[in-house]
Amino acid sequence: PPAHSRSDWIGPPDRLSNLRPIIFYVPPEESALERRLREARQEAQASNQRFWARHNRAFRQEKEEFIYSRLKAKGLEIRDESGQKATLNAEEMADFYKDFLSKNFKKHLQYNRDWYKHNFRITFLMGQVALVRALRWLRRRKKNVEQ
Amino acid sequence: GLFVWHLRNTGIRQIPCRFVHLYHVANDRLITFQYFNFLKRMYVTQCNKDLSQQAKPKSESIVSPFRELQQLDQEKKIVHKISPVSPVHQPWSETSSRNELREMKSAAETEDSIIPVGAESKEDRQWKEMKLQLDDLPGILARLSKIKLTALVVSTASAGFAMAPVPFELTCFLLASLGTGLASCAANSINQFFEVPFDSNMNRTKNRPLVRGQISPLLAVCFAASCGIPGIALLTLGVNPLTGALGAFNIFLYTCCYTPLKRMSIANTWVGAVVGAIPPVMGWTAATGSLDAGALLLGGILYSWQFPHFNALSWGLREDYSRGGYCMMSVTHPGLCRRVALRHCLALIGLSAVAPALDITTWTFPVISLPINLYISYLGFRFYRDADRSSSRKLFFCSLWHLPMLLLVMFTCKKSVLEKEGKGDLPGGSCDRAVEIGLP
Repeated sequence: PPAHSRSDWIGPPDRLSNLRPIIFYVPPEESALERRLREARQEAQASNQRFWARHNRAFRQEKEEFIYSRLKAKGLEIRDESGQKATLNAEEMADFYKDFLSKNFKKHLQYNRDWYKHNFRITFLMGQVALVRALRWLRRRKKNVEQ
Repeated sequence: GLFVWHLRNTGIRQIPCRFVHLYHVANDRLITFQYFNFLKRMYVTQCNKDLSQQAKPKSESIVSPFRELQQLDQEKKIVHKISPVSPVHQPWSETSSRNELREMKSAAETEDSIIPVGAESKEDRQWKEMKLQLDDLPGILARLSKIKLTALVVSTASAGFAMAPVPFELTCFLLASLGTGLASCAANSINQFFEVPFDSNMNRTKNRPLVRGQISPLLAVCFAASCGIPGIALLTLGVNPLTGALGAFNIFLYTCCYTPLKRMSIANTWVGAVVGAIPPVMGWTAATGSLDAGALLLGGILYSWQFPHFNALSWGLREDYSRGGYCMMSVTHPGLCRRVALRHCLALIGLSAVAPALDITTWTFPVISLPINLYISYLGFRFYRDADRSSSRKLFFCSLWHLPMLLLVMFTCKKSVLEKEGKGDLPGGSCDRAVEIGLP
């Protein structure tokens, strides 16, 4: 993002986590409340990134392993004659999907709780910041009108 | 077809590429219905023309809140019925949402292997300033509120209103529709607010406004509140308290029960089916002011319909559900998934037969609707027995035309109000209060 910009910038989705990273703008006159908001957002972003990067990587890895083991069991090679990667059909993969989902169930429950907490906290702080800014603006206008 | 394609193409040439998704072009799946194929071809040629640089074609493995899919595809059908020739210039949001429709449709027919690289245009890869652009705001809010899904919800509510055995009141009808629409906008916005990181990880939903940072979560919540509160107030005060209560309850059910439950238990499907069943009930109560057996029957028909529709669709999205952590029957209890779909196809036959008994329709309704109900049940049985992609897709596509047709037949077989005049006071005064207050 350009140096003179006064707003946050959001980027393309991360390769691993599919989440879009945000670069936060730190205004020179940032209030304590605004700092808390920014830090909350940064923390949430980091936590989300960690979770999804790890999760997606695990998914891909385990999927590969599953395909490999199944192909082995069937006596096939990973790559067939044309060099294409051999894949299993949907019904065979279904076992893997079911397995993966139940294995990660607890992890997801924990993540859900964390995510909802982050989300509410951030939105609440945003509301507070917006309110403070609005009051400040109103007060300034009143002062201008009085002058 | 070519002519229409040309018209569409000229209309969207200026549209930035990011709104056009490529999908699996080399798709040789048999499309059951001619117009789906027709629309798909249009988009293939459209996409090819517009995208100058593209990654490999993305095979869409898309997760959708089933409701959304159901309604959107329904809408495509309805839209197609009304206007077979598309206008030359289409607002980009419409185009992109049609693309979404098409995406979703093709989602049901894609390979299970995900090609992770999406067809992102260059613009998509850039860093964007997170400042609210006011001219984009209508489009952003439309996508936030899932405006097309909302339109479908409103149309099912209208169906409920139309089927109620009372003289038609335009004021009441419009107020009820508007209130339902606002309530639906609110519910959808909150749903998106809750699901940002999950939406980011699913191909279909990754271009939502909150995921892309086009709007802040605070604004999304404010928008939801500014739709929901007037919407429910309108329903409660302008129509009747019962409809208002149902609307509020439905918002609660969708946002606080269905959305979190999606990630916790397969029970979400049943809850979601209730969410889908309530709008027609609301339409009915708006007209009559009371929860009659007729309202429940209409709700019941929509409730039962959700299962073959969603279960068939979810069959092809198991990978995305599994990775995203969504608890869906198709992943965890595949046998149950198919059983329930079949069970509810058969239930539709039963419910249609009950309609004349409740004086909603004449006896012709179960007779005329029997062929389509039998057909969907047959496909349901095939899905149950074969449990493969082709049977699931057939069932899904059937459900898309089955519901509009069923509702249409129901309406044409509706028992005339005049016939029942002799049965005493008609409960048509639910909106009288509103009229007295002097609302236009």
